[in-house]
Amino acid sequence: MAFASIYVPDFSIQAVVRAEPPLQYAQVRRALGTSEPVLRQQAIALIEGHPPLEKVVTMNQAAAQAGIALGMTKSQAKQFPSTAIRLRSYAQEQIAHAALLDLGWSVSPRVEDTAPDSIVIDLTGLAALFGSEEVIARLLLQRACDLGLFVHVAVSSNLEVALHAARGFPGIAVIPAGKESARLGPLPIQIFSPPVEVIETLDRWGVRACADLAKLPLLELSERLGQQGVRFHQWARGASVRSMILAEPQLRFEEEMALEYAIEELEPLTFLLARLLDQLCARLSARSMAASAIRLRFTLDTYSQGESMHAPQDSNTDAKKTYEKTFTLPVAMHDAKMLLKLLRLYLQSDPPAASIVHILIAADAAPPRMRQEGLFLPSAPDSAKLELTIARLANLVGKSNIGSPRLIDSHRPDAFEISRFAPARSTRGIENNIGFPAGREPVAAFRVFRPAARAKVSLRGGRPVHISFANMHGKVTVASGPWRTSGEWWREDAWDRQEWDIEIQRSPAANANAIENASAEPQKTVYRIFFDTLQQAWFVAGMYD
Amino acid sequence: MAVSVTVLRSQIETALAGRIPAPFTHRPIQTETTPFNIPELDQLTGGMPHGGVTEIAGPPSSGRATLLLSALAARTAQSQACALVDGRDSFDPHSAEAAGVNLKRLLWVRCRNIDQCLRATDLLLQGGGFGLIAVDLSLLPPKTVRYVPLNVWFRFRRAVENTSTIFLLLDQESNAGTCASLVLHLLAEPSYWAETPGQQRSRLLNACACLLNGSQVYVELVRSRLKSGAHQFSSFTRITDANHIVNFRSKRKWSDFTNVITSTK
Repeated sequence: MAFASIYVPDFSIQAVVRAEPPLQYAQVRRALGTSEPVLRQQAIALIEGHPPLEKVVTMNQAAAQAGIALGMTKSQAKQFPSTAIRLRSYAQEQIAHAALLDLGWSVSPRVEDTAPDSIVIDLTGLAALFGSEEVIARLLLQRACDLGLFVHVAVSSNLEVALHAARGFPGIAVIPAGKESARLGPLPIQIFSPPVEVIETLDRWGVRACADLAKLPLLELSERLGQQGVRFHQWARGASVRSMILAEPQLRFEEEMALEYAIEELEPLTFLLARLLDQLCARLSARSMAASAIRLRFTLDTYSQGESMHAPQDSNTDAKKTYEKTFTLPVAMHDAKMLLKLLRLYLQSDPPAASIVHILIAADAAPPRMRQEGLFLPSAPDSAKLELTIARLANLVGKSNIGSPRLIDSHRPDAFEISRFAPARSTRGIENNIGFPAGREPVAAFRVFRPAARAKVSLRGGRPVHISFANMHGKVTVASGPWRTSGEWWREDAWDRQEWDIEIQRSPAANANAIENASAEPQKTVYRIFFDTLQQAWFVAGMYD
Repeated sequence: MAVSVTVLRSQIETALAGRIPAPFTHRPIQTETTPFNIPELDQLTGGMPHGGVTEIAGPPSSGRATLLLSALAARTAQSQACALVDGRDSFDPHSAEAAGVNLKRLLWVRCRNIDQCLRATDLLLQGGGFGLIAVDLSLLPPKTVRYVPLNVWFRFRRAVENTSTIFLLLDQESNAGTCASLVLHLLAEPSYWAETPGQQRSRLLNACACLLNGSQVYVELVRSRLKSGAHQFSSFTRITDANHIVNFRSKRKWSDFTNVITSTK
């Protein structure tokens, strides 16, 4: 049995850095007049508290070397220009911790959620899948990099030894069985995170390393430090044994990013969404899942719209401050590029009302699509490409003008609705004329004029004899009607009409405006016209073709 | 020294023997087709060719939409997804269902002008996977469609080549030119009006008595790549023979009921 522990050094700082906009956004900011190098190589300090009393709560080694100390105020810390000051974000720490757990579950189903900055993985049975312990450790290191985290990985047959070795040794550490005490010996006792008074006590005794602590007599140590002393002693000797406490797998995939400068344009927003989607899809892929829906939430900068900071808050104001959309995908996918294209098209057709200061993107996880195509089944559009095509078409003609027509059970003329186009795949192979009797007379088609064209109709004896509408006018040679239809009198859009089917003969000379649009011979065209009794006007409903 | 064609031919055939059998023998192009499910028309044309452009041109009320619905019904019956780029949003779902079109397999793109139509067609061809893509420009002014550059139709034809997609173009005049593998021209004919027996002949005096029953559709085969003997080396011919005009009757969906009523009186 072996355990691997993953530890994220400077966890709070890494959580903030992970959410920092990428280099491309830095280029955009340079164009706006600010310039900052990539954050990860810098000295960073995090502040926390209510302004103007923010204080430094954590910093990396580079910031400590530059002179930053814990408890400094923000204005004091800003005296060090080489140090980047950032606000601590508990939300980002939660997301980084979720990414860490996803990393563990991508390798083994048995993961312990030990601390916000460390987890332990049971490696039992993984040798056949991934290889030796060192190979697994390297794999974990690489996958952590893909998720935006720089970690330490330690492998040992003892859970507590692996946990503490990951905190003490940078990079990868594999501790052979029986060598736990020897390997832990040189490490400082701070890896056990003892209380400050214990550290001071041990320091007075001259005990600074684990090897020194392991040499102390156990009985006297327990008399001086109590049970925690006994615990530290066992850890230092690598003798502590305990069972794993397994964590329940969570299916929550969210990434968010707070922006220092509000974004108004789609291009820089696309860069940021690309980064977030890459991280989201990496986490989904690590768990062998895909996204069935994407939820976007933008926090908008409404102050730039002229709203006062002291204006009374109500639900309408709160609603205007956020932009929330959920995009359901026809098939679960984890292709970041495809998702980015779809989101870009959706945002082009329905952009947010103000500039954006915070982005949150979440994915509803679902098992990825697995389907084997049949050799003899009829071809159909690929679901992901079809969704992209429909999104592009919706941008071109409008969302309500694309889809599958569906008839409504109503007597209202031209009653139908547009539904989502999702052709079901046939499982029966290509069969000609399924349910379609060959050889029957084809049904004459009708073309609808939307909206119906207003017309002027001359009547004789109550029947139409001449009609003119749009660029057409002619003599009515045949008229069939009136066919009365009405309905839904209780609604505002009730209808009541008298319909006629008419055949019109029009000559080229009769249509002065339409000569170039007509053939040289007299044409007979069949239309359906109606008299709307509610509006007291004639209309042309359409043409038989 | 001039080499005769016969000697040259035999030299080439000898050189290619074993690699290319009979290099100078013409092989008829095998093109898969889908029938319109109108027997007269299928016998005349052989059906709509896959991977090619079929153009249907004609004046208003000549039966273009009828052929469109027959094509959609045939292709959706083969479990293929179809797309209709509607130039003037004139598609009638009720007629389509009566004609046997499976509306769940039809993607309807409702456009307002020629620019939207062409761009939508480009997007559908790029997406791919459709069994039939119909572009209905029938209600757009012929002058507008005439101004579409020829390279647009060539591009569309190139996009569907070597695929199983049928590209169907409907307009008032033939515009695709040599890009089209099959060109049909429809001729407008008077419609059929049902009358009760013994009724006066003047339809205007007894308007209530007559009912539009359908129309006679005349189809002229103008061009075809599929007619045997009409092409060599993938060329095709313009057909002006009277033998290449057929007609068939289309009926309205209530025609069956009027026949029953008439026969019972």
